[in-house]
Amino acid sequence: MRPAAVLAILALAGCAGGSGSDDQARQRAEQVFRESFTHGNRQIAARVERQDEVQALCTRYRNDPPKGVAAKIESAEAAAIRYPASGKLLGDWRQGEKIAQDGYGMRFTDPDTKRPNGGGCYNCHGIAPAEISYGTVGPTLYRFGAQRGSGDAMQRYVYGKIYDSQGFTACSQMPRFGNNGVLTEEQITHLVALLLDPASPVNK
Amino acid sequence: MPFSGLPAAVLIGALAASVACVCQAQQNTQKEVERYRQLLAEGNPADLFEAKGEELWKTKRGTRNASLEQCDLGLGPGVVKGAYARMPRYFPDTDRVQDLESRLVTCMVTLQGFKPEEAMKNPFSAPGRPSNLEALASYVAGESKGMKLDAPLRHPKEIEAFEIGEQLFYRRAGPHDFACVSCHGESGKRIRLQELPKLTDPADARKIFTTWPAYRVSQGTVRTMQHRLYDCYWQMRHPQIDYVSEASIALEVFLAKYANGGEIQAPGLKR
Repeated sequence: MRPAAVLAILALAGCAGGSGSDDQARQRAEQVFRESFTHGNRQIAARVERQDEVQALCTRYRNDPPKGVAAKIESAEAAAIRYPASGKLLGDWRQGEKIAQDGYGMRFTDPDTKRPNGGGCYNCHGIAPAEISYGTVGPTLYRFGAQRGSGDAMQRYVYGKIYDSQGFTACSQMPRFGNNGVLTEEQITHLVALLLDPASPVNK
Repeated sequence: MPFSGLPAAVLIGALAASVACVCQAQQNTQKEVERYRQLLAEGNPADLFEAKGEELWKTKRGTRNASLEQCDLGLGPGVVKGAYARMPRYFPDTDRVQDLESRLVTCMVTLQGFKPEEAMKNPFSAPGRPSNLEALASYVAGESKGMKLDAPLRHPKEIEAFEIGEQLFYRRAGPHDFACVSCHGESGKRIRLQELPKLTDPADARKIFTTWPAYRVSQGTVRTMQHRLYDCYWQMRHPQIDYVSEASIALEVFLAKYANGGEIQAPGLKR
């Protein structure tokens, strides 16, 4: 997110934010949080101790921000979406399926930094029909492309949604996979193909 | 209901059986369901942990060569029955809110003479490295079986812990923007095939919070509430949370408020 947008959001939050006692509890909770992750990986600790502005706002408003705050988050996050230089958004659905299955990466027991991160998409979404072990935190995506089409505009939408879901819905529960550096641009194009390619089992 | 994973698994298994596609995942799911059924028929392996915990409780150990039988778990020295049903709670002698595991460590230090780092050395077992704390927690929790959870939440420090726990429950952080509420904010949802309780809904919380510690089939051992939180933060891409840390206990106090009134069925049996 750009610094100017951040300041604007924080200023708005200052007016609309919670009560004084809530602020106090939050400050105390931040202190307790820092004091309770002292033995683990310091690099991971540094990242979670400092919330970014979006995380702080979604925490403060418990994922239900007022309209003005939501609009600011959505425009700033949408502006942060980076599309591949090649312009090609439809990758290989077979690789997309592997990424959707794979939950590897960024846990403190995942030491192999050369192994790419997975998306863990099936944890929350039903996708291809052969996989019956899927979660229901997010909507099912089965037949996504068959129902919505797979043209340029749809490819751009799906890519953007995976890259940074909060560019569309402020405080969405879905991780901002691209903007937070979990998945690469190329990996996201493979997931776009999994959902949109007419040859993908999702659309058969 | 000590076995929350089963209905979803059975349902999915039944659905899967009616689908023409026979795939690996389906076979694995059915195998798992069969394993669960077998285990249920044979009883809960946590019984063995309770027995070992009771023996440890009564064994003289540490530099003071003392047992834990005079440990004050909140209802006075030596009272084990019903103590777990009144935790977490404020303890005047330590001037802190403590959960069961934190209190076990306190008693190992004050009564038996262990150094804190010795007492906390092996909270979570690994194959070939059993944990005394898992056994002790199983024993003490089992002594409140059938009682209703009644965590006090009256002392100013208990109230403060609740408020901190509430803030932490909603705190989003890390590369995946996860908070506790990411998985535990809605009823009837799943991660893969695992049902997720909405922990601020007493109907869910009373069934779940009261079944820890639990024998976890997938791990082949009893896991404690502290391990549950450790595992959640691992999935949330946070660092390892410190054992019996203030944050972990604050979260337990927050969860206990919604679970209060639920019948203790610990140690439970889970996936």
